[in-house]
Amino acid sequence: MAALEAGIDSIEVASVARRRRRIGPLFVVAAAWIVLIVSAAILAGVLPLPSPTDIDMLGKRAPPSAEHWLGNDGLGRDVLSRLIYGARFSLTVGLLAPVIGVVIGGFLGMMAGYFRGRLETFIVGGMDVLLAFPPLVLALAVTAYLGQSVANLTLVIGVLGIPAFTRVARAVTLSLSEREFVTAARALGATHSRILLRELLPNVALPLLAFFLLGVAVTIVVEGALSFLGLGVPPPTPSWGSMIGEGRESLDIAPQLAFLPAGFMFATVLAFNIVGDTLRALTDPRPGAL
Amino acid sequence: MARFIGRRLVYLLPVLLAVTLLTFLIASLLPGDLAVTILGDQATPEKVEALRAQMGLDLPLWERYLRWLWGVAHGDLGRSFRTGETVLAAVADRLPVSLELMVIAEGMGLLIAIPLAILCAVKSGGALDRFMTGLAFGKLSLPPYLVAILLIYLFAVELNLLPATGWVPFSEDPITNIRSFVLPGLTLAFAEWPVLMRVLRSDMIATLQEDYIAMAKAKGLKPARILLVHALKPSSLTLVTVTGINIGRLIGGTLIIETIFALPGIGRLLVGAIYARDFIILQGVVLFVAVGFVIVNFIVDMLYAVLDPRIRHGRA
Repeated sequence: MAALEAGIDSIEVASVARRRRRIGPLFVVAAAWIVLIVSAAILAGVLPLPSPTDIDMLGKRAPPSAEHWLGNDGLGRDVLSRLIYGARFSLTVGLLAPVIGVVIGGFLGMMAGYFRGRLETFIVGGMDVLLAFPPLVLALAVTAYLGQSVANLTLVIGVLGIPAFTRVARAVTLSLSEREFVTAARALGATHSRILLRELLPNVALPLLAFFLLGVAVTIVVEGALSFLGLGVPPPTPSWGSMIGEGRESLDIAPQLAFLPAGFMFATVLAFNIVGDTLRALTDPRPGAL
Repeated sequence: MARFIGRRLVYLLPVLLAVTLLTFLIASLLPGDLAVTILGDQATPEKVEALRAQMGLDLPLWERYLRWLWGVAHGDLGRSFRTGETVLAAVADRLPVSLELMVIAEGMGLLIAIPLAILCAVKSGGALDRFMTGLAFGKLSLPPYLVAILLIYLFAVELNLLPATGWVPFSEDPITNIRSFVLPGLTLAFAEWPVLMRVLRSDMIATLQEDYIAMAKAKGLKPARILLVHALKPSSLTLVTVTGINIGRLIGGTLIIETIFALPGIGRLLVGAIYARDFIILQGVVLFVAVGFVIVNFIVDMLYAVLDPRIRHGRA
């Protein structure tokens, strides 16, 4: 399972494509899709949509109609509405979980990269322990024990992302700490906290933001995996993962029930990857990286 | 070499210990009482109390951890309170299925990745190379469960060529057994090959610029011989590592894939334990998988050092 390491792969995979350094049409389309899906998710309650949970036993797997634009699912629930409410859920977890990673991982990484020494050994060692678990196994185990809820899911996936963010923050801080402007600040008598906050943080923030967007993509995938297994958020709350899982049962008679949420998820994850990778390439100081 | 192994071993032990501690702590996060979970809501307080005492649940946390660790060190990971099966027996029963799946998946991945990597490296920056870079990037957004759905739809539902479920033991019917692994193997291979290809490709490009390759060309050796004999082996170092690390990732991948394709492996055991709320099995399997993962990574480190002497002398 690609899980959280996938974010790290993407660095290797994507950095080869030098041409992606420019902001091209692909980037614009991806950003537009993100804006569209995020606003649809925010406005879901205001949009003239049928309820995502109302069951209509007579309209099981109904084809698209004026009333139900994308038809109904196996329980006669409106598919479009479920997709948009599902986006609300997937994006909430997808956007919140990496915040945990970015804040804690960013902090630990900067500390390790700036102070070095024992602190660094300790932090890197701690991350190694967290990385010792296959991420999906850990996520499953913790949600199984803690119980399935949006908060728990976000927390678990967020914590799993910490090592990746720590690595990025540490690597950037390490190389920046050697630079002249840091030496200059130190010579001027700046305190550690001033150097960290005023000199280093602005420079670490951009690569972290780029990695954050890749983290969103990975989180949506992991959340989808848990929901797909029926171990994400409990029904009837719609989530793309659980919709795919339910649609799998009727691949032979109504394949669109699995393919529609799968397509939405793929497009959204791809969009976050493209935007995140473009930003990463723009902020990567190495010429043509790799 | 012995010193290198010693250094890594010193590092391995604390990590393993921390893994056991973390596994134990996760299990103790369970809200409520394990004894009540086992006996059900209708159990009398006396019965619950007796079971708590019998399982040592009334002891302080650290003592429970040490007792549990003592058991684990002696190969006792507990037994399911539902079926009475020991964790070790359950794992031993399912492990071959998961291993077969991983080997098939990794093999298929390498089979796709190696030829493509060589072709891309020879004409780096060419049309095929650029196409593959784009494809590898797209693959990052396509998690295995989406690939599984696509493959099932294509091969099992539409074309009716391969089964989506229906595993039988290898000893009973080898052909049906292998057939039932094709789609899950392909699903996982699809997630693996782009990573493997990228790694081999970039190492291969570096190798092809070495002087001895120019020498081989000057001697008039055939391009195929240069590529396969002279360039492939020195370029495959990172590939070996990544293949090893991927085994760890595959453990996570098999979780979902085994559930989708109804293969009775470790992943399905774990997911099944969660569905059945069988917490002893869950804890045991998580520990087994995590320890296995750490040890596989350790072995990969060793293998890497054998292949590249610079690493064991700490110069790389």
